[in-house]
Amino acid sequence: MSIATQRAERADRFRAAYLDQAAALAPTLPGHGVGWLDRRRARAAERFAEIGFPSRRDEAWTFTDPRPLTRAVLAPAPKRANGVDKTALSRFLPAGVEAHLVVFVDGHFRADLSALDDLPEGVRLGGLAATLTVAPDCMKRVLDHDADAADSGPVALNAALAADGAVLRIADGVALARPIAFLYLASGAPAAMHLRNVVVAGAGARASLIEVYGALGDAAYWTNAVTDLQVADGASIAHLRIQGEAPAAFHLAATRARLGMKGAYRRFALTLGGRLARDEVSARIEGEDGDCRLDGLYLGRDRQHLDTTTVIDHLAPGGASGEHYKGVVDDRARGVFQGRIVVHPDAQGTDAHQLAKALLLSETAEIDAKPELEINADDVKCSHGAAAGEIDADALFYLRARGIDAERARHMLIGAFADEVIERVAEPALRAHVHDLAASWLASAGG
Amino acid sequence: MTSGNGAARAPMLEIENLHVSVAGKPILCGIDLVVNPGEVHAIMGPNGSGKSTLAHVLAGREGYEVTAGTVRYLGRDMLALEPEERAREGLFLGFQYPIEIPGVAGVNFLKAAVNAVRVHRGEGELDAIDFLKLARAKAKLLEIDEALLKRPLNVGFSGGEKKRNEIFQMVLLDPRLAVLDETDSGLDVDALRVVAGGVNALRGPERSVVLITHYQRLLDYIVPDVVHILAGGRIVKSGGKDLALEVEDQGYATLASGTAA
Repeated sequence: MSIATQRAERADRFRAAYLDQAAALAPTLPGHGVGWLDRRRARAAERFAEIGFPSRRDEAWTFTDPRPLTRAVLAPAPKRANGVDKTALSRFLPAGVEAHLVVFVDGHFRADLSALDDLPEGVRLGGLAATLTVAPDCMKRVLDHDADAADSGPVALNAALAADGAVLRIADGVALARPIAFLYLASGAPAAMHLRNVVVAGAGARASLIEVYGALGDAAYWTNAVTDLQVADGASIAHLRIQGEAPAAFHLAATRARLGMKGAYRRFALTLGGRLARDEVSARIEGEDGDCRLDGLYLGRDRQHLDTTTVIDHLAPGGASGEHYKGVVDDRARGVFQGRIVVHPDAQGTDAHQLAKALLLSETAEIDAKPELEINADDVKCSHGAAAGEIDADALFYLRARGIDAERARHMLIGAFADEVIERVAEPALRAHVHDLAASWLASAGG
Repeated sequence: MTSGNGAARAPMLEIENLHVSVAGKPILCGIDLVVNPGEVHAIMGPNGSGKSTLAHVLAGREGYEVTAGTVRYLGRDMLALEPEERAREGLFLGFQYPIEIPGVAGVNFLKAAVNAVRVHRGEGELDAIDFLKLARAKAKLLEIDEALLKRPLNVGFSGGEKKRNEIFQMVLLDPRLAVLDETDSGLDVDALRVVAGGVNALRGPERSVVLITHYQRLLDYIVPDVVHILAGGRIVKSGGKDLALEVEDQGYATLASGTAA
C-alpha cells in the first residue's frame, strides 16, 4: 500500500471518528430538540463529512500542516469540577483592569469563576450553553446559516459540536466603561474544546474586549474556537486577544467580524502558545466608512508553528483597513503570515495597508509570508510589505561596544522590535500587560 | 620587558606587528603603536588606509581577522576580550557612523551602559533618578537637548547630533582609552568646538585618546602629543603635532611615498 493511500485511509478513519462523535454527542448538546438547531448541527456534520480536515494541498493551508492534530481523535472534556478556583485566574488577566468576566474551563462556562455583577443596562454576557437552553431562538440569526458557510473542516466540526462559548450582546448606543474579558482555561486534560463565541455590538455601542487562552497544565489538547463579531453602524470594538495555550496544545481559531457603516474594529493578537496554532481572521467591511485594524505579535520557539491568516474584504466605499503584524521565532519554530486584502468593485475610496515583519533568532527558525492584494476598484490606496531578517549585527555591536553584554543587547533589540507593534494596543493598562508578557517570553529564552 | 618603575607606567595601549584581514583581504599590514597614559595620539591617513579597521579591531567588531600581532591594553591581551568586556575595562569607541536603533530610548540604553560599566568597576548601579541627574549635567556640558535623550537612539538625529551624542556617551562612560573614529567628519565649527571640549575635558594623566581623522582641522581644537600617518595598512611616519600641518601642506601622497623611498 502506498504512503498516499495510507494517508487517505487515515484521514478517512479520522473523519469517520469525528462523525461518530458528532452523532453520539448530538443529543447531549445544549438546545437539543430545537428544530433549527438540530438541523444546523446535522448540516454541519454533513459539511464536515464532505470537506474533512484540511491538508497542505488546500491553498489556505499550504504553509501549515494540520496533520499533527489528526494523530489522535480528541473528545470534549466532560463538565466537572476540576479544582480550578479564582486564585488561579489572576495571572492570566491584566493587572489593575477590572473587567466583566466570563470564564470557561475545558470548554465549559463556570459561573462560579465569572464576574457578571454590575453589568450595565443593555449588556448581556454569559455562556452559549445557557443561552441555547433558555432562549435558543435569540441565537438563531447568528448561528443558523453558518453550518453551510463553513469553509474549513474545523469550523464545520465546531458548528456540529460546539457546546459552549461566550455570548456578549450590547444594545444600541451603550458604551461600556469597563472591559469585557473572555477567559478560556485548559486544566490539562487531552480533550477538544469546540468554543463558539458570539459578540453583537449594536449601533453606536462601544466596548473593549479581552480574549485570553491559557493553560493550567500541559497536554495535547485542542482548542477549536469560532468567534462571530458583529459591529453595527457606528459601533466600536477594541479587541485584545492573548493566546497563551500550553506548549503541546493545538489551537485553531476563526474570527469573523462584520462591520457596518462607520463601524470600527481594532484587534491586537498576541500569540505565544501552542505547538500548532492558527489565528484566522476574516473581516468584512460591509458598511460605508468602516474602519478595521488587525495587528499582532507572535513569539515562537522550540518547534512551535504559529500561523496568522487574515482576510479583509472591503465591500463598501470609503473603508479603511490597516494591518501590522510582527513575529519573533527562535529554535526550530515557524511563523506563517498570510494576509489577503480584497477590494470589491463598490469599495471606492478604500485605504488599505498591510505590513508584516519577522525576526529570526536562529538559523533553523522559519518564516513564510504571503501578502495578497486583490483590487477590483480604481480609486483606492493600497500597500503591503513583508520583511524577515536577523538581529542587526551593527546594532548589536554598538550596544556591546558600550559595555552591555551580548544577551542583554539581544534582548534590548528584540524587545524594541516587539514594542514597536505593541504600541498599537491603545489602552495603556492592556499595552503594559502585553509588554510584560512579551518581556517574560524573552526572559525565559534559552531554557 | 621593563621592570620596577616601568611597570607602574605600563603603556595604555601597545600594538605590535598587527595584521588584519577582512574577508581574506589584508587591510592592516603590521601596525606598531604605543600609547602611554595621558597621551593624545592622532592617526591620520587617506581613505582606505585602514583607519576605521584599526578602530573596529580595537573595539572587537566581528568580521575582522587578526592574522598576526598582538594588542595589549593595560598589559592585558585585548584581543581575547569580548567587545563588552573591553568597554567595561574602560575602552570607548566613538563610531564614525553611529547606529540608529529604533525602539530603544536613548536614556534606557545609556543607563544600561553606564550601569554595566559601574557594576564592573565595583560601583553600585545608579537608580533612574541619579542616572537622570548625571545625564542632565553632562548633556548640558555638551549642549545636548534633553529631549534627544528620550528619543529612540540616534533615530532621526542629524549628523552633528549623532556625533555629539557619541561624545556625550563617552563622557558618561568615563573611559580610560577613547578611540574616536572620524568624530570630526560632518561637523560644523560650533559642533566641532563642543566635541573638542568634551574630549579635552576627558584628558588627564591616567587617560589616553586616539583620534582617527582625515583632516588636520580637529587638531586645532584637540592638540595631540603624537601624530601618525597611516597609509597602506602601515604607520609610515610619526611625529609631533607639526606633522599634521605637513599633511595639510603636502597631502598624504608625498608623505607616504617620502618614507617608502
